[in-house]
Amino acid sequence: MTVTLPTGARALHWVVLLVTLAGAVGVRAATDGAFETYTPRNAVQWVRSPEAMRRLSLGFDSLLADVYWIRAVQYYGGTKLSKDEDKSFDLLYPLLDITTSLDPLFNIAYRFGAVLLSEAYPNGAGRPDEAIALLEKGIERAPDRWEYPYDAGFVHYWWNDDYEAATEWFLKASRVPGAPEWLEPLAANTLAEGGTRAAARGMLTRLAEASEHQWIRDNARRSLQQLAALDAIDALRSLANDYYDEVGRFPSAWSDLVRTGRLPGVPLDPTGLPYTLEPASGIVDVSPESTLRPLPVERR
Amino acid sequence: MSAVLVVAGGVFKDSIRDRVAYNLVFFAVLLMAASFLLAQLTAGQDVKIIKDLGLSAASLIGLLIAIFIGIGLVAKEVERRSIYSLLAKPVTRTQFILGKYLGLVLTLVANLSVMAVAYFAVLAYLAWVTPESVQRGWEAPATDPRLLQAFMLISVELMLVTAVALFFSTFSSPFLSAALTLAVWIIGHAGADLRALEALGASPILAALGRAVYFLFPSLAPLNVTNAVVHGVPVTVEHMLLAATSAALYIALLLVAATLVFSRRDFK
Repeated sequence: MTVTLPTGARALHWVVLLVTLAGAVGVRAATDGAFETYTPRNAVQWVRSPEAMRRLSLGFDSLLADVYWIRAVQYYGGTKLSKDEDKSFDLLYPLLDITTSLDPLFNIAYRFGAVLLSEAYPNGAGRPDEAIALLEKGIERAPDRWEYPYDAGFVHYWWNDDYEAATEWFLKASRVPGAPEWLEPLAANTLAEGGTRAAARGMLTRLAEASEHQWIRDNARRSLQQLAALDAIDALRSLANDYYDEVGRFPSAWSDLVRTGRLPGVPLDPTGLPYTLEPASGIVDVSPESTLRPLPVERR
Repeated sequence: MSAVLVVAGGVFKDSIRDRVAYNLVFFAVLLMAASFLLAQLTAGQDVKIIKDLGLSAASLIGLLIAIFIGIGLVAKEVERRSIYSLLAKPVTRTQFILGKYLGLVLTLVANLSVMAVAYFAVLAYLAWVTPESVQRGWEAPATDPRLLQAFMLISVELMLVTAVALFFSTFSSPFLSAALTLAVWIIGHAGADLRALEALGASPILAALGRAVYFLFPSLAPLNVTNAVVHGVPVTVEHMLLAATSAALYIALLLVAATLVFSRRDFK
């Protein structure tokens, strides 16, 4: 049996409903931000053991691996953007370790995780050793993937300046069945041309063109832009030196070089920002706002 | 056999009318659709996350339906006293138990089918909106038919959980049945660790007990192939058959035990 309210009572219900709704939203808006919630100064990882986390997952290990991967990416992004001078990427490796223990076939967690770990501080963790450890774990779990030893070789080449180790890893990668044919010549060239920009450019071009992951391709393109910026800085520095030889001082601004016909206009880096020029020393660099910072030479 | 089908049909109709099951399936479908948003939070792993989340949602929602409807199958009849009129009809207690089980299994298969259709629809949409160049980087196609293997084994797992819930519901209260079924499910997933308790520093007696529990209780880990199928790693027919056969034996064992317990209950 349905009992209907009298018309007057129903109208009163509607009025009370609207008044309470307006009141609730009003108080909510007035007190917005008034309650301070506690957030720890540093990120906390309660469960550190990958094995314990695997046991706790109760069959949802694949989903939990996604959660940890998202956490790792968010942690990296949050830390990178942080203005804190003492910021640290200490939790990045433990997060990636748990991710790859929960899902041992999580390809991008190994490959992109190694990129985030090896990237120079403060853009990344500045831990090539942890990047190699992560990739070695990937090799152990999926020995049929040539990309992991290739990435390990690249980390040695780009971040450790260890061309012998890089050559060894490239050779290991070339021996994996199904590995591309260009790996063997690459290994041979690495020892001969190690440290040259041409060799680095060759490797990065391979990554930018052939990697299956968009993020890795984008990262390789950024490194290629850094190399282009290094080439441009060398050329600009040479022009500044020429100017010094002729005038007896370094140019005070790019306009000096434009006026004397040495440059067609203000030189821009591959991201579209003008290079900086220090008048006292003639030092040329990318803009402090440039996303190409830090350039590979700055860490050496 | 016809009596079993009549009872099963009744359970199926009741369950389909049950709003709880509807809401749960709706929630799972919603979760699958929402996985699109979640996938935006990460780096280039949207297809894996959507696949993982969908399979996990189907498994978890199926588990909730299996437990919460399963524990009430017998208890509700007793509580409502409709058991008296049912048993007065030409239905044996064995037929009653088998019918109840079959009815809930049909419900679960129907619900899982709805979730599978929604799952593949979401993945097909993802493939449709994703450029070919990005798809080339995927380990397996979005609508990889191998994902159906995971759905098949989830169905088998839920059939087993239903049998466990039904067994407990023949002699204990709904709350206790739910707790016990959940305990069996947890043991089923933590099996490998129970077998190796010694390596974790347990005493010899505890380790022996762990091994006994390991072999006595069904192992649910082989029925979980999510990690493999989302990466496009093939699951062999042998694995599927062996896992399903093992589960079928436990289901038969539980149904026989449930019939035995139920046949000894006095409803006078």
